[in-house]
Amino acid sequence: MSVSVQEADFDVGVETQALSAGRLDVGAVATFVGLVRADKLSGEGSEVSAMTLEHYPGMTEKSLEAIVTEAQARWRLQGVRVIHRFGRLVPGDRIVFVGVASAHRGDAFAACEFVMDYLKTRAPFWKKEDTPEGGRWVDARDADDSAAARWEK
Amino acid sequence: MSIKVLYFASLRETLGYSHETLTLPAGVATLGDLRSHLARRGGVWESLGEGRNVRAAINQEMVGAEVAVADRDEIAFFPPVTGG
Repeated sequence: MSVSVQEADFDVGVETQALSAGRLDVGAVATFVGLVRADKLSGEGSEVSAMTLEHYPGMTEKSLEAIVTEAQARWRLQGVRVIHRFGRLVPGDRIVFVGVASAHRGDAFAACEFVMDYLKTRAPFWKKEDTPEGGRWVDARDADDSAAARWEK
Repeated sequence: MSIKVLYFASLRETLGYSHETLTLPAGVATLGDLRSHLARRGGVWESLGEGRNVRAAINQEMVGAEVAVADRDEIAFFPPVTGG
C-alpha cells in the first residue's frame, strides 16, 4: 500500500506497471484517473480556467491510509496505490490516481471504486475554481454521499 | 485546557483565521460545545453555529459533535470535502 499527496503530476503508465511488477500472483489491475474538467458553471456561462486544491497536511495522508486499510479488509488485494495532487491545476490536468491489484477483476474493480467513493467524502481536500468572476469554492455533492453510503454494511 | 484550532477552505476565508490557540472555559466539554462557544463570538463566527454545514476533526480524525475535547487537542473545522 502506498499513498502520496503531492503537487507534482504522476505517470499513469509507471504507476500502473508498478502495481504488478515482479509479481506473478496479480491477475487484475484496475485504475482510476480523475481529471480537471472545464465545466460550465450552472447559469453563469463562464468556464473554469483553473482550480486550486487545498488540503489538511497530516490528516490527508492519514485519511487516505485509513481508506486503503478498509479496502484491504474488505477485498483480497495485492497492491493499492493512491496519489492525490494539490495546488493549482488547469483543465485536462490529472488530480487523482487510484490503482488496485488483485488476483481477479471483481476485487480490483470493487476496491478501486470503493477507494474513490470514500476519498470523495472523507479525505480533507477542497477545490476552489478560478472563473472570470473570481474564485468560487466548489460545493460538496449529495451524490457523493450516496455513492459512499452504498458501501456501508 | 488549552487547544489548537484550525480552519480550512471557505471557512478559513470567512473567518479570516487559519488557526488559533484557545484556552477553554469550564463547561466546554465536547466538540459541539466548542462550536457553540466559537459561534457566540458573533458576526462571521456564526458560520460555525448550529445548523451550518461544518465538519470537524479531532487530532486529524473526522468525528461527531458528541466527542469530548481534551487538553492539547488539535481541532479542525472545515466545510464538506470536495477532493477527487
